[in-house]
This record gives sequence, C-alpha cells and structure tokens, in this order.
Amino acid sequence: MTQLPTDYEGLGLIAGLEIHQQLNTKTKLFCRCPTTIREADEASGEFFRYLRATRSELGELDRAAEEEMMQVRRFRYLQYDSTCLVENDEEPPTPLNREALDIVLTIAKLTGMSPVPEIHTMRKLVIDGSNTSGFQRTALVALHGHLPSGSIIETVCLEEEAAQRLEDATFSLDRLGIPLIEITTAPCLHTPEAVQETAALIGMYLRSTGRVKRGIGTIRQDVNVSIRDGGRVEIKGVQELDLLAEVVRREVRRQVELLAIRDELIARGATVETEPVDVTHLFKESGSKILKKAKKILAIRLNGFAGLVGREIQPGRRLGSEMSDYAKKCGVGGLFHTDELPAYGVTEEEVKTLKSALSAKVDDCVIIVADTPEKCRCAIKQIIRRANLAFEGIPKETRKMLDEGSTAYMRPLPGAARMYPETDVLPVRITNEDWEKLNLPELLIDKIERYMRDYRFDREVARQIAYSERSLAFEEAVTAGIKASIAERAFNSTLRELSRDGVNVDAVSDVSIRNVLNAIQEGKAAKEAMPSLLTAIAEGKNLEEALSTLAPAVSASDLDGIVKRVVEERIGFVREKGASAAGPLMGVVMKEVRGSVDGKAVSQALQAAIAKVLNV
Amino acid sequence: MSTKESTFVTGDLVNCRIGESKTEGSFITCRDGMAVVKLESGYNIGVPEGDCSLISRPEIMESAEPAEAEQNQNLPQVTIVSTGGTIASKIDYRTGAVTSQFRATDILHAIPGLASIARFRAIQLCNILSENMTPAIWQQLARAIYEEIKGGAEGVIVTHGTDTMAYSAAAISFMVQTPVPIIFVGSQRSADRPSSDNLMNGLCAAKTAISELGEVAVVMHANTSDDICAIHRGTRVRKMHTSRRDAFQSHGTHPIGIVAYPDLTVSLSPEAMKRGSRSLTLADNLEEQCALITYYPGMDPAILSAYTGYKGIVLSGTGLGHVSSRFIERLSDLIRDGMTVVMTSQCLNGRVCDRVYDTGRDLLSIGVIEGEDMLPEAALVKLMWVLGNATSPEQAREMIQESLVGEIDRRSVA
Repeated sequence: MTQLPTDYEGLGLIAGLEIHQQLNTKTKLFCRCPTTIREADEASGEFFRYLRATRSELGELDRAAEEEMMQVRRFRYLQYDSTCLVENDEEPPTPLNREALDIVLTIAKLTGMSPVPEIHTMRKLVIDGSNTSGFQRTALVALHGHLPSGSIIETVCLEEEAAQRLEDATFSLDRLGIPLIEITTAPCLHTPEAVQETAALIGMYLRSTGRVKRGIGTIRQDVNVSIRDGGRVEIKGVQELDLLAEVVRREVRRQVELLAIRDELIARGATVETEPVDVTHLFKESGSKILKKAKKILAIRLNGFAGLVGREIQPGRRLGSEMSDYAKKCGVGGLFHTDELPAYGVTEEEVKTLKSALSAKVDDCVIIVADTPEKCRCAIKQIIRRANLAFEGIPKETRKMLDEGSTAYMRPLPGAARMYPETDVLPVRITNEDWEKLNLPELLIDKIERYMRDYRFDREVARQIAYSERSLAFEEAVTAGIKASIAERAFNSTLRELSRDGVNVDAVSDVSIRNVLNAIQEGKAAKEAMPSLLTAIAEGKNLEEALSTLAPAVSASDLDGIVKRVVEERIGFVREKGASAAGPLMGVVMKEVRGSVDGKAVSQALQAAIAKVLNV
Repeated sequence: MSTKESTFVTGDLVNCRIGESKTEGSFITCRDGMAVVKLESGYNIGVPEGDCSLISRPEIMESAEPAEAEQNQNLPQVTIVSTGGTIASKIDYRTGAVTSQFRATDILHAIPGLASIARFRAIQLCNILSENMTPAIWQQLARAIYEEIKGGAEGVIVTHGTDTMAYSAAAISFMVQTPVPIIFVGSQRSADRPSSDNLMNGLCAAKTAISELGEVAVVMHANTSDDICAIHRGTRVRKMHTSRRDAFQSHGTHPIGIVAYPDLTVSLSPEAMKRGSRSLTLADNLEEQCALITYYPGMDPAILSAYTGYKGIVLSGTGLGHVSSRFIERLSDLIRDGMTVVMTSQCLNGRVCDRVYDTGRDLLSIGVIEGEDMLPEAALVKLMWVLGNATSPEQAREMIQESLVGEIDRRSVA
C-alpha cells in the first residue's frame, strides 16, 4: 500500500466545491407547505410511482438518467399532513418563494456577485426517485463573486431539496421542496485543506444571514476533484465539514492508484474478454450460499488483471469495488473476483475449477456474478465496461461518500442535457430596486470582533454566542440594559452547562430566558439562581412557579433577620475568626435564601452583622 | 406576452453582460425584451437583449426524423387517432410553454411498450388544445373512427387533451355505434416529465383497445399511484380535478373495468358492453345550436334572450333540478316557440326529480324534460345528437329520456 500523496501541487490537484444549504423559510420553494421535517411514523398516507428518463429539448438522453433507467423501480412515497399535491407531483408549482430568493440574493450581494436580470427556473432531470416529478427545480440567481480568501464563487442557485430516502426505494416527502441555496466555487482550490477552509468560510457567510436551517443534514458539501491526467469526479453529500479534507486526500490517492493500475495494465498488455461464460453448474455444491442458490452464475476473464483487481486504491476500496458498484446498477448484490478468492465459502478447489473452466492463466483475474440470468448478463456487461475504463484511467463519475471519507460510484457525471425549462413557473425579474433594498447582515467574523471589543468577551465565548441561534435574543437583552456578562451566561454558558448535564435546553425559549434575566434585574431572583430557574423551565414549569419554589421573595429585613440568626448561632466561630468568618457563612445564608438574594447583598449584610457583633 | 423580432436567431452563440461580469451562452428566444440564453451549464437566464452581443452563428444541425417504429404484423391492428393534448406535448421555445405538437407516430416513440401490444396505424386528425375542440371536430373524429373500424381496426385509441375529453367521449358514444373498443386517453402531467402519467395511461388504453370491450370509454389513472387505470363509460365520466392523475371519475355508476399496472391485465365489469355485441353504424348529424346553462341564485332571466334561435338548452339546475320562478316564465316562452329544454343537476351525483317541489312541477308543466341521472355535459352532447337525428319533437323527447348508450341508469346504484 502506497502512502497518501502529499505533494498536491505536484500532482496538479484541482478542486471545487458545491455547497447546499437548506433555507429556514416559512414555506417551501414552490408550494405553501411548511419546511418542517417529520418522523416517518407521522405519515398520513403513501403512494407508488415509476419514473423514466425523458429526452431533453435537444433530443438527447442524459447519460446519468440513462443509467438510472437500467432497473425499473417502483418508488414508494410517504406523505404527511404538512405536505400537499405539489410534493405529490399532482399539482403545478406555485410561484417561486420570494423569501427564499431574498436570502439567496443577500448571500450573492455579500460575496460581490452580479444578479441575473431575469431568473428562469429549470428542471434538472433526477430519476433516482428522490423527486416525485423526476426532476429537481433549480434556478441560477447570480454569477461571479469572491471570498476574502481569494476563492472565486462561480454561481449561486436556488433549488428545491429532494425527498429524503428512508430506505432503498422509499422516500419521505416532508423534505421535498425545502428551499436550498447552492453555492458553486470555481475549480480554484489546490490542497485538501484549502477545500475544507473554503467550505468553512462559505458556511460562515450562510450562518451570518441567520436565515438558514441548522442541524445534521441541513448542509451538504459536494466536492469536485481531479488531478493531472486524472478525471473529474464529483463526490456528493459530505455532511461533516471536518471530513472534507480527508475526502479530497482519499480521492487524490484513488486517482493516483488507478493511474498506476492503468500503466501496469498497459505494460502487461492486458485485455478484457467480451463474452461471459456460464459457470452455474460449477457451484451447485458450493459452500457459498449465494452461489449455491443462484439461478445463474456468469464469469468473465480479465487477461493480465491478476492482483490489480484486488489492489487497494482507497482505505477499504479496490478496483474490484469499483466494478462491483457498476454491476450493482443491474440489481445484483455484488461480485466475486479471483484476487480475493478463496473466501466467502468458496474453496480453493472451486477457484481452480473456475479458472480452468475459463482457461485463465496465472496473470488473469476471473470475475463472477450470481443472480437471475437477466441481471447477470446486465452486470457482466457493466463489469466489462468498467474493466475497459481502467485502461483510460479515471472515469468521470458522480460518487457518494462512505463512512470515514472513501467513496463509491453512483452514476456518470450528468451533462447539460438534463436541464430543460420548468414551464410551470414564470421567470422572475430582479430589479435594481430589489437589489438595492437588500439588508446585508453583519458577518459572524465581524460580530465576534465586536463582542470581544464591546463586551470584553474572550474569543471563544464571543464565537460561541455569535454562532449561537440565540445571538439575536442576547443582543436584544443587552440593548435593553441587561449586563452583557449576565446575558451571556443566560443565553450561552449556563445553557451549555445544563445541556451537558442532560437538561433539554431546546425547550427553553428565548423569551423565557429573557424573563429570567428581567427577574434577576428586578431583584426578584439572584443571578446564582439562574441554572436552577432555567432547569425548572426546561422541565415545563413557568417562571412564576419556578421563582416561588426556587427564589421565594426575601425582603431586606427578612435577610437581616436570617443573617442575624446565623451569626448568633455561630457566635463562637465568629469571635474566633473575626471578619474573615463572613466567607464560610456565605454558603449557609445563601442556602437559606435559596437564590432569592444576590450574593453581593448577602455578603454586605453578613459583614455588617459580624462587625456589629465584634463591635468594630 | 409580446414576442418582437430579435436580432438573434435561436442557436446563436452570444456574450451577455451581467453587472460587472460577462458570460457566454446560446440564444434561445426573446420574450418581453429579454433574451433567454442557455448557459453551458444548462441553465437558462434572461438578459436584456441590448446587453447581448453576437459571437458566432453556428450552422444549424437538422435533427434526423425518428425512424418509423417497427411493428409486429401478428398483433391486432389498432388505430391511434391523435387530436393533441398533454399526452403528446412538448416545450415550445418560442413561448417557453408546453404545447401539443407531436404527430401521432411520435406517440409510438414516446411510449415504447405500445409496440408489443398491437400493430398501430396513426392518424393525426388535428393538433389542438382540447379547449379549442368543437362539435364540428367531433363529427370529423366520428367519421375517421368509423372509417378505421370499417377498414378493420380491432380497436381505436383517441389521444385527447383532458379538459374536454369527457365531452368528446360522450359525442363519439352517440355518433358511432361500435362493435370494438374506442378508447379516449390523455395525461394530466405533461409528457416531457419523467413522472408523466402518459406512459401508464397509454399502455392501459392500448390493452383496453384490444380487450373484449365493445363501447366508447375513457381510460385514465384510478388513483394517485401508478397501479390501476379505470375504464369509464364515455357518457358517465367527468374530469373532477384540475391536476390530479385520477381526475376522471364515473358518476352515477361504477367504472366498467380496470387495468392493472404494470402487468396490464384488463378486468371488465358485467355491465360493460362486449366486443361484437353491436354492429357498426355512423350517425354523425349534430344540432350545434344547443347550450348548457348553469343556474345560480339571482340569475337574470334576460340572459335567456341571448339564446333566441337555439334549438335546445340543457339546464344545470340546483338540487333535484330547479331554477327560480322568474326563470320559469321566460323558459315557458322559449319552449312554446319550439325549444327543447332538458333539466340536469349541478349536484352531478343523483337523479333529477321535478315532482317533489312546486318549482319542479311548474317546470314539468311548461314542458321541461327531466334529464334523469345524466351528467350535464353528456346531456348537452346528447341533446345536440338527438336534435340532429330525431324526426319529430315527440321522438326527441322520448330519445332524451331513454338510455341510448348507457348515459342513463334506471336504477341509482352509485
């Protein structure tokens, strides 16, 4: 196994990003349904559909769509009381959602882009079932922007989110139609780290608007990677930012390895047979259950491929895995190749018989697939196709990310043939007035600096509150006269601590936090009572209940009484320790006033009482 | 929407200025002063035409006509008569809208599975959106269908826009007495989308066209899933939804059969008329001077004077079949002058009965004919046909109240 390459410049790495972020709008992009994510068991009904590729207006059939058509699949869709006939592909779309467009234009303006004078909604053919219509609606909104890092943003688009795949051919319609912004950079990134940093920077711009969805799955990064002599590969759906650099590293390695395999194949004078051999009878008594029960087993000989099919090209991935991905498009479960056999219940004896049935020499690799005759023939064709592509190097592909950053083949890269006009949506003009009246938000990086400067927060705290969903509520509280440090604790630090202790802080609204702060401000509760008050609210109590049990009203004379009693009860201790007795007695008094009185007031009262006793 | 002459022609490579930047693309059309330009990525954008400049004018590549689809001579012969509509529509670059402009032969290319069901002859009768359909075209359609069946077609498929398909199906039901299936089919979701219902509807229609059915029917999705098409009697069906796949529903009766998908098994109900049970005849006279009037509260009877000279009116009345007393006076004059007036109900479901309330009795007494459980549209078409073929007013009255092709049920079962 070769090491991961590190000289990315030398390898001619070129990468670009496509970032998809769900927008937090009231309604979906082309209907008036809420953008709420549901649980599958809340579904109100289901229906079934088939999809098929249609030709573009130019009469071409998209190659990606063509490949999806290799299997006729019956898709199942779950609908909800929060979805409608538009998601069901039973009603024409409503006009494009202006709230969503406004957010996209804001991002465009923030990054110095030029808006398209008139936006045309297109249909992008997607027939993997994730869109009931068989296409995703998408519109190009602005062109040519830049980031402070020097990276170029080529385009921003406004698109509709696809339905969530629950399993295999079952989709949930709640997600379909949520507005997505798609930000595409130029292929201007040359190291794995630059890819990750650029994604983080774009993420910061998106978050700065305060109008994007948050949480797992609401942002997805696609990354385009190629190296010199390699091929452009689009890796879809990287959800964790921290994995981006690793995905790029692994893809570079995959391309390097595949190029090395190519060179080796050419050097060996390798070839691919064109006709499969029926070897069903050889495995009638096999220890491999798959082979034993298979209706048909077909084998193909790859001359001079021995050792290369099983060579690792990425952690956990081999050339054989690539062939297997292609074969799976025909509905087979996978393949066996002689580089990995004997294994999986196939004996050495069976391998020998197989090889001799195919007249395979030492240098040859034999691949077998087992399924119905039809699926086998389709799969062998695909394997032959992928084997032949190994002589060219890197096929241009759309790939999906696997755990930890390796990737698997999904489909060929789609072409422009998959785009045609969405005739049910009228074009939208962007006027100068629309553009001028956009309110640009403060960038989060600027907000962090401002918090550090104005509130004297350290950078980490400033970052936490700036990135928090509660930053707006925090600022409102401060503007209303609440001390920044106390507001910060309420909206950030204390919530974090409580969350760590298992308190459901999501149940605490910004309004209730603000009410707690007001109560403290008005002297109804001590700031020390904040954690227990917020916990009580998280558990469903209202503020009044929480205050009465956790911070009963204690008047100044009540306090004096309590302090006097505490001091008198411990008079020996007080006389012995003198003024320094105040410290240890603080806890005793605080416990009695149960968070109703500020620590400072308790301290003052104690000191006064002790001074009196000592006659100072 | 105005389309003015543009300096560019479709396909021109143009440079567009967008704000501070420039981008290249392919000129498609000009609409309302905006050039629609297709970028290399496939996206279209609109740019003021003045901000575009010509780079080059590539030579136009004539796209080859698709070859005639291969046909299996051993399969039954079915004729597809195309009238236009969503089942055969595509994008018009000039307006950017979906229009019907496929020829009948294109349907065979659009629905490849058809070739294994039957051997098809394709006729393009017209190419219109179904809102532009007229009684005159129904007559042409009836003659064309008659000739095809006479010529040996074992079934006929009529592709039709869904908006007025039910009217046309009813018209053909009366005009052509058929021994073979005449199947109307369309699609609710445009043929250019991967999810279009044209494929399934088309295949189910083709199977019905070679089935044991012997009458005019509409075959469309039975529900929102791609699993069953319903076979509706041509005179009992109505479009009940603007956009859903299962918009077509039978009224006053159940569908006369279903087709399962994707295995395409046809099941006919005992009520369905069977293949060969009638002999082929054509009676294509229609009296076009007939109207369908929906009554509403407060409707001014003066409106009826616009129908002076008309031979017949179908009223879509309220409830059991009513209009206001003021309306009755004016109707009385028209009937006295020779007009035939048929009462149906805007309830759509149920039977007209003008013997329950006084208003109804008044209507009967002036000579209004109860339209039984006929759908208003079917009653209109029937009235046109009856007035075109009856030899006397008395005969017309009898024919209207008689079920000629299953448009009336004597028993209310649904």
